[in-house]
Amino acid sequence: MIPIETLEEAAYEITKKAAIDIPEDYYTGIRGMIDLEKGELSSFVLQAMCDNWEAASADRRPMCADTGLPRYYVKMGDNATFSGGFTGLERALRSATARATHDVPLRPNRVHPLWRTEHNNNVGINAPEIEWSFEPDVDWIDITTVQKGGLFGTDYRMLFPGDGIDGIKRFFLDTLIAFGKRGLACQPAIVGVGVGGSKDTCMQLGKQAACLRTVGNRNPDPKIAELELELKDLGNSIGMGPMGFVGSSMVVDCHIEAGFTHTGGMPVSIHTFCLSSRRAVARIHKDGEIEYRTNPEWFTPYMRRESVDWPTPLSKSA
Amino acid sequence: MAHTLKQVSLNIPASPEDIAALEIGSIVYLNGVVYTAREGVYDLVMNKGRVLPNDLKELSNVNFHCSPAAAPNEDGGYIIGGVTATASFRFSKQMPDWLDLSESKIIIGKGGMRREDYKNVLAPRKVVYLSTVGYGTGALLGRGVKNVHAVHWLDELGIAQALWMFKVENFGPFIVDSDIKGNSLFVNQGEIVNQNIDKLYEGLKQPALHRYGETDDRKDELM
Repeated sequence: MIPIETLEEAAYEITKKAAIDIPEDYYTGIRGMIDLEKGELSSFVLQAMCDNWEAASADRRPMCADTGLPRYYVKMGDNATFSGGFTGLERALRSATARATHDVPLRPNRVHPLWRTEHNNNVGINAPEIEWSFEPDVDWIDITTVQKGGLFGTDYRMLFPGDGIDGIKRFFLDTLIAFGKRGLACQPAIVGVGVGGSKDTCMQLGKQAACLRTVGNRNPDPKIAELELELKDLGNSIGMGPMGFVGSSMVVDCHIEAGFTHTGGMPVSIHTFCLSSRRAVARIHKDGEIEYRTNPEWFTPYMRRESVDWPTPLSKSA
Repeated sequence: MAHTLKQVSLNIPASPEDIAALEIGSIVYLNGVVYTAREGVYDLVMNKGRVLPNDLKELSNVNFHCSPAAAPNEDGGYIIGGVTATASFRFSKQMPDWLDLSESKIIIGKGGMRREDYKNVLAPRKVVYLSTVGYGTGALLGRGVKNVHAVHWLDELGIAQALWMFKVENFGPFIVDSDIKGNSLFVNQGEIVNQNIDKLYEGLKQPALHRYGETDDRKDELM
């Protein structure tokens, strides 16, 4: 049985780590872009960002003062047990958010949308968001936090099957150009594309694609993987770099996630994560040991299953 | 590649001569006091009749469009972790009155102002715009904040919207977006990028259903 205190400690630690330490895959991706970048201003900006990440880690201060909207993704092993119950865990994630907001400090970005009132702790109605998923035949719990900026770089559009890949490409360009001007999308970023589902799942898949997959990771469907690389190159051919300056550094990687959708439609969502791509993960094992990492490993084969049943070793032996 | 961009160090309050000498595309570091003000402060001062802090004009002519990641510490002071700008074009309407009232001559923010603001609002007042880099170098800028000189209206506005006066040293990097003539680096760079855009869409067929944004005429059928 994992004690609820351990879960809260893990959530608190990743909330701090995410704000301060740039994930290795993203850092390596940006360094690779500097080598290819011919625009002098763009290249200067990318180098300054690398200096900034080093300063953040050395000083233990947030890499960006807009510390985004803290949120959590919990993946529960089928065989995991923990004390406190599900509402206890939701309380622990809220508590971790509030404590880390004070201690890092994070910017208390969260306000009531109409009254603009706040609690100075990033906690409020429907905040932080918590999304749940499950994994068969394991007894650990993974908690991932993402702190994504909240204003620019995301759009949704209902396209139709006849619009095809061209339609996706046009919408991809529209979104990157619109939000890329003057760098409002904080590019270069990991760009997530959600295709299919209904409107809400389309948005959710695209956001998860941007925030929960690492640079260099490919969709297991080879044709989708090919489209990911094609969209990445398309984004980098716009001629725009960081801050909208002339350059070639727009998309550090592109991730696509699909969901079965209405037969008449092809909804698409585009999401750009931040130049400060903040994510951190903790795996809490059955014995209470906590392992920290930066790859959420969110999209497991189980998550992308197409069938009714999922043949697990346990169900096979039963 | 190593850059050849010009680097400048400025003391605040910045003199008219120093401001006039700033060239677009140069990199700037600041020393002195900068203050944060955005919609919350603008509303209090310009709509609700509050008076500016009495030492503001004397100490600073630099308005930073910023909300710091800050928290109170045990000694009654503040921890300033990271410092990053917010997008400035949203404050376009408040800028003329604010600049007249505060007599500020440098705006620091994210993304520059609307294209027409450089010539109509900033240049006539000999105001220049500096942009934070990459949006942002929060940790580097946080390092440049040496202490909090004062914070005003914290209880009313909260940490993100309060007026913070930061004592800064070697505070940067910033890029000069606009000079006192109203030339803008963002506008110039955007025009170069725009030249390539039509070509990107060549050969991509139009979608079946259009939407507002592709037309501004609400009477159009978007089919």
